[in-house]
Amino acid sequence: MFITVAGVKKEVKDNLTVAQLVIDEKVETPQYVTVTINDEFVDSGSFESTVLKDGDIVEFLYFMGGGQ
Amino acid sequence: MAFTNEQIERYSRHIILKEVGAKGQKKLLDASILIIGAGGLGAPAAMYLAAAGVGTIGIADADEVDLSNLQRQIIHATKDVGKAKVLSAKETMEAMNPDVTVKTYRTFVTSENIMDLIKDYDFIIDGTDNFPAKFLINDACVMAKKPFSHAGIIRFQGQLMTYVPGKGPCYRCVFKNPPPKDAVPTCKQAGVIGAMGGVIGSLQAMEAVKYILGVGQLLTGYLLTYDALKMEFRKVKLPTKTDDCEVCGANPTITELIDYEQAECDGVGL
Ligand SMILES: [Zn+2]
Repeated sequence: MFITVAGVKKEVKDNLTVAQLVIDEKVETPQYVTVTINDEFVDSGSFESTVLKDGDIVEFLYFMGGGQ
Repeated sequence: MAFTNEQIERYSRHIILKEVGAKGQKKLLDASILIIGAGGLGAPAAMYLAAAGVGTIGIADADEVDLSNLQRQIIHATKDVGKAKVLSAKETMEAMNPDVTVKTYRTFVTSENIMDLIKDYDFIIDGTDNFPAKFLINDACVMAKKPFSHAGIIRFQGQLMTYVPGKGPCYRCVFKNPPPKDAVPTCKQAGVIGAMGGVIGSLQAMEAVKYILGVGQLLTGYLLTYDALKMEFRKVKLPTKTDDCEVCGANPTITELIDYEQAECDGVGL
């Protein structure tokens, strides 16, 4: 199946979970990333149980703390 | 108030824009904007807002200028090392534009002082470098119904979003709670490329100016991300269903401001 991750369309295996996608995408500090699928937040406690579907649009929103 | 000849010349490139005009320039001169943090983000934001003729600019920061700040905090100069940042920032802004009144607050923001600080301003710019301050500014602006620009920068990356009361998600809608101390790099060890503050801080000034003028579309409901190495900007749409947000949602559980614990290396002039 195909999903779009951070604007890039890619082929992934069926039944991929958000938890596995976060690993595959080498997300830095994965426990603190905000994930949205099709413009809805994924609860941070449910990455394991959230299974992606064909055509899903996934975004990773990162904490960015610097400024000074 | 009529413009002086000098003002007509100074603001001529604004006045000629149909989105600004004399009326818009007057709005800017009558506006008040508070910048929290006189650092990498606050420096360019303050300078562009001063140059634009924003009539009242508040600047809050407790730190002094450090030599290691000068790689990116362009409002301060070598001669300012050791000086209070708010004072150095005020001198630069006043030298740029005598139309601007600069108010300085030599303090870090806390749950005790923030409501008082923001209450007289039309728009707030978050130029702080740590999550406790970012959440505090968000919650205070939500509670006081003040619009503000969030931004963060680290390494070769930056992000930006604009909160306007009633018009989209707040920072807490997206990021929920501050990460534990030191869990996410925010500190001086991570580093940041100097021009990143210029890019993102200037965008914050742009949002503030657009808000005051009432033109265009603000970054409400979106998070703009910038990756300098890929030279890529992305405008990521944020969820619209945010009624369960702890501070701006339908039944807020956060009704008092919180002072979160700061990471140890925060507040040392990153
Ligand atoms: Zn919210």
